[in-house]
Amino acid sequence: MAKESTFKNMTITLLTITLLSSASLGIVYSLTEEPINEAKNAKVNDAVSKVLPEFDNMPTSQKFEREVDGGKITFYPATKGGKPVGTAIQTFTKNGFGGQIDLMVGFLPNSTIHAIEVIEHKETPGLGDKMERGKSKFSVQFQGKNPSEFKLSVRKDGGNVDAITASTISSRAYCEAVQRAYDAFITEGDIK
Amino acid sequence: MNQLTNFTKGFVKENPVFVLLLGMCPTLGTTTSAINGLGMGLATTFVLVMGNVVISLVKNIIPAKVRIPSYIVIIASFVTMVDLSMEGFLPALHAQLGLFIPLIVVNCIVLGRAEAFASKNTVAASFVDGLGMGLGFAFALTLLGAAREILGSGKVFGMVLFPDKYAMLIFVLAPGAFIALGYLTAVMNRLAKKSK
Repeated sequence: MAKESTFKNMTITLLTITLLSSASLGIVYSLTEEPINEAKNAKVNDAVSKVLPEFDNMPTSQKFEREVDGGKITFYPATKGGKPVGTAIQTFTKNGFGGQIDLMVGFLPNSTIHAIEVIEHKETPGLGDKMERGKSKFSVQFQGKNPSEFKLSVRKDGGNVDAITASTISSRAYCEAVQRAYDAFITEGDIK
Repeated sequence: MNQLTNFTKGFVKENPVFVLLLGMCPTLGTTTSAINGLGMGLATTFVLVMGNVVISLVKNIIPAKVRIPSYIVIIASFVTMVDLSMEGFLPALHAQLGLFIPLIVVNCIVLGRAEAFASKNTVAASFVDGLGMGLGFAFALTLLGAAREILGSGKVFGMVLFPDKYAMLIFVLAPGAFIALGYLTAVMNRLAKKSK
């Protein structure tokens, strides 16, 4: 059974255990750092190519960032044959049901929404996660719409968006994030 | 106690979920689908096995008064390893379970087995105990996840069984977790009683 406790052996034991575990955690961290970053980058790159029409440049290497509403919005300009074909904008909202939601919104040069992809969210599985493309038709209704005439808020609030059933908060947050991307696109729109 | 009963007790007689009713937070929180339950169960199994083995190895060196903090540090290290590895190699599963993985540290089963079993038994017995308990936990979570997924969205392991307009949404939500767990516990205990 366990030894008798003295001040000296308790201190030494705790010190040894914490040292050993921090060392092993350091090793695991350095092993997994690269795959974690790769997985995150792959997700963003994947989202960029999904929300834009065909392009032949490298939008991820031409990205630039803007500070908006205490957060970061990232622009990924896409061109084909030197001509701009659209911009993917990584946007966010902090008002989701489970906190922050990160979206990738693809705009055509005439500020029409081409497609929207969810990058990260913590919404309720089975309810709010229907905002993901493929889980419901929610995100499809934005495609081909121009926010200058398509009001980006749910019908309950007088907008044009059909909310996800039982997930009005998630739907509102989604609209807010898209609106933020649109505003940023219009502000920065003349650069390309 | 021989190794076989040591292993099987985690499934039936001392199943952590249906009999001991330990670790209810991850049980109710993560079992929205069968695959989530399985993932959480296997992550906990890994922590249980590794924690049990290491603790039974060092049980004679650790002074009695600091044993709980020592166990917690050992367990927390393994949980963080699981968290990091899952984020790196299984990002899709991590997106679903990420919130609950750090909570394995405070899962009563893990510390409970360390204190009640691993600190008093040999390395081999602790390994078997951790494996049995962990797999029993994983089995219970998968079963609960599958039941909720079938009733709540008409799917099992992502395969559609019937259109989700006939499903009862409540089973995906928190109240459904309590209802499903209650009925499953009742059924499991009835079966366990019969087999005795």
